[in-house]
Amino acid sequence: MHIIVCIKQVPDTEELSKVRINSRTNTLVREGIKSIINPFDENAIEEALRIKERHGGKVTVLSMGPPQAEEALRRALAMGADKAILLSDRSFAGSDTLATSYTLAMGIRKIGEFDLVLLGKQAIDGDTAQVGPGLAEWLNLPQITYVRRIELSSSKIKAERSLEDSFEIVETNLPALLTVTKEINTPRYPSLRGLLKAKKEKITVWTSKDLALDKERIGLDGSPTQVVKIFTPESPKRGKILTGEIPEIADKLISEMKKRKII
Amino acid sequence: MAEIKILAEKCTGCKKCISACPFSAITVEDKKARILSNCTFCGACVSACPFGAILLEREAREADLSSYRGVWIFAEQRNGEIMPITYELLEIGRKLADALGVELSALLFGNGLRKKAEVMLNYELDKIYLVEHPLLAYYRTGPYTRAMVDLIRQKRPEVILMGATSTGRDLAPRVATRLKTGLTADCTGLEIEKGTRNLIQTRPALGGNIMASIISPRHRPQMATVRPRVMKKARPSGNRRGEIIEVKLDFTQEDKMVEVVKFIKEEREIEDLQEAEIIVSGGRGLGKAENFSLIRKLARLLGGAVGASRAVVDAGWIPSYHQVGQTGKTVQPKLYIACGISGAIQHQVGMRNSEIIVAINKDPNAPIFDIATYGIVQDLHKFLPVLIEKLEDEKRR
Ligand SMILES: Cc1cc2nc3c(=O)[nH]c(=O)nc-3n(C[C@H](O)[C@H](O)[C@H](O)COP(=O)(O)OP(=O)(O)OC[C@H]3O[C@@H](n4cnc5c(N)ncnc54)[C@H](O)[C@@H]3O)c2cc1C
Ligand SMILES: Nc1ncnc2c1ncn2[C@@H]1O[C@H](COP(=O)(O)O)[C@@H](O)[C@H]1O
Repeated sequence: MHIIVCIKQVPDTEELSKVRINSRTNTLVREGIKSIINPFDENAIEEALRIKERHGGKVTVLSMGPPQAEEALRRALAMGADKAILLSDRSFAGSDTLATSYTLAMGIRKIGEFDLVLLGKQAIDGDTAQVGPGLAEWLNLPQITYVRRIELSSSKIKAERSLEDSFEIVETNLPALLTVTKEINTPRYPSLRGLLKAKKEKITVWTSKDLALDKERIGLDGSPTQVVKIFTPESPKRGKILTGEIPEIADKLISEMKKRKII
Repeated sequence: MAEIKILAEKCTGCKKCISACPFSAITVEDKKARILSNCTFCGACVSACPFGAILLEREAREADLSSYRGVWIFAEQRNGEIMPITYELLEIGRKLADALGVELSALLFGNGLRKKAEVMLNYELDKIYLVEHPLLAYYRTGPYTRAMVDLIRQKRPEVILMGATSTGRDLAPRVATRLKTGLTADCTGLEIEKGTRNLIQTRPALGGNIMASIISPRHRPQMATVRPRVMKKARPSGNRRGEIIEVKLDFTQEDKMVEVVKFIKEEREIEDLQEAEIIVSGGRGLGKAENFSLIRKLARLLGGAVGASRAVVDAGWIPSYHQVGQTGKTVQPKLYIACGISGAIQHQVGMRNSEIIVAINKDPNAPIFDIATYGIVQDLHKFLPVLIEKLEDEKRR
């Protein structure tokens, strides 16, 4: 069983409000911001490791990003992944989800044989959830999104897929691509030994020369969407503090709710 | 849209293209190459062919955008019922179609939906493309993608809106990627730019810390998923002028890659958080898991759902599907009551668009008070029982 997990390095949740915009290029300035593995991608890594522990096989983590994304890959190695590959090239900058999924697809083609591709359900910076299905399309794979539980047999996968107020159980043949939610598991912490070992491990870096890329499909040129404006949302007005003794406050609150026709 | 052709008179069947193709999308039969349906038009074979026998015509950079006309919405149905998002799309779709001076059409896929389509004609729209097939009865990525892509290629709409729901967010990126066009996720604002006919798509990103306006100026159709419960719902107009157009499509086994085994309605104590009009949320200020009973009681009394901050989900006090915020759910109820929640930015981004926010917290400096409509600086263990008692009295009246 060979499982490929696509991971993205994102700004730490705590730092999301500090991310600045380059107003000339309308891209995100990530310098000086603490980075983490996208939280849902950690669930994807964890699930891959559990499958490997149960069924045997190998886990490859793949990321596209600037050189510093190596950090995220190293952490995945420390968790127990076997191999890490970074797709990095200046010409990849400014990729939207179409260009990103194309580049990742070409990376996966170069990797070769695999049984399963796992991704997080969405990245917490762009919040699009589009790279998974896009990648499945480029690779012509069946996709199952929002997966919260899986059951694997030798050639088939059965999954619980979360919907708004319900879920469905679906089944498909391998190879397949899945995006996972945080319900699926609790990611492990890397052990100290894992961290030390990962420090020394080699991370394979592929540039655009290493991949048989169509230049018109990558980076800004390969991205149909253009960000034309970025702004901060209006912050809601501060309201009023209800004061007095507790029963008095409760009465005030109830009468406000009635005025607003909520109760 | 791109097209690829083998020039039979030049092709020698040398198979160089097969090894060059990253997608295994070429075979050689009777000494001639044949391009398969999973071709992505990447062009790797063109440069590999020693005989110039492969012709690839890409959509021109400045493709003839003006041949694309009309606004489409994807009418989502589940188990034969039209989903609420459909009416929200009808409203915003109508506005955009009017701004562009074009028709508004709905796509309805399923099996045995003629009656539902008739009812939809009561809304202000021009056409309903109804595609019926047993494979479409229930949402499946493969056949739905096939059906939508086929229709788009035939009719060439300029704008397509879908719900940012579990269905829309599964389907839209698959369709956009097959068409190699732009897709903007989870939009909260949509308008037409005068002159260019570009769709300006505004959406929150970075957990709501920023808003971005996005266009796809060189590509058609322009595709967007629309966040549920942001747009107004359309009302029936009484002016029936639309027509139903039945479209017949064939499917291959290949279109059906994923089999739906079972559909299960969740038996959760709460209704869907994102559908709830009222949410009562608890945070670490509750002190311990058992105290969630206070939150549950208040929620039940108000007919609302129970929410939670990440801290208490991580502590295992309540399952994660209650979590509101950055890595949890984004909610927008009429009333959000935050009890013992500090209101860190990661929580705020998930709930700050609620109509009314009530915050109960001992600490007057808690950030939650920055966004609260009504702030209550009290110990929740003392305040909530009193509030609950008074609400119970109200009910008895
Ligand atoms: C708020 C917001 C919302 C968006 N919404 C959508 C959407 O709904 N749909 C959509 O399709 N797109 C969306 N995008 C993407 C958008 O279309 C553009 O692609 C975007 O402006 C560029 O992305 P970025 O700023 O995230 O930069 P990124 O492209 O993420 O910038 C970093 C990237 O640069 C590359 N890079 C830079 N330097 C190097 C180097 N030396 N070596 C290797 N790689 C390097 C890496 O690939 C890395 O991923 C959105 C972008 C933003 C900012
Ligand atoms: N640059 C990237 N490199 C690797 N994986 C990515 C990248 N961008 C997105 N992904 C994967 O796609 C998922 C969805 O991301 P998104 O569509 O950006 O919300 C993430 O959880 C990752 O698993």
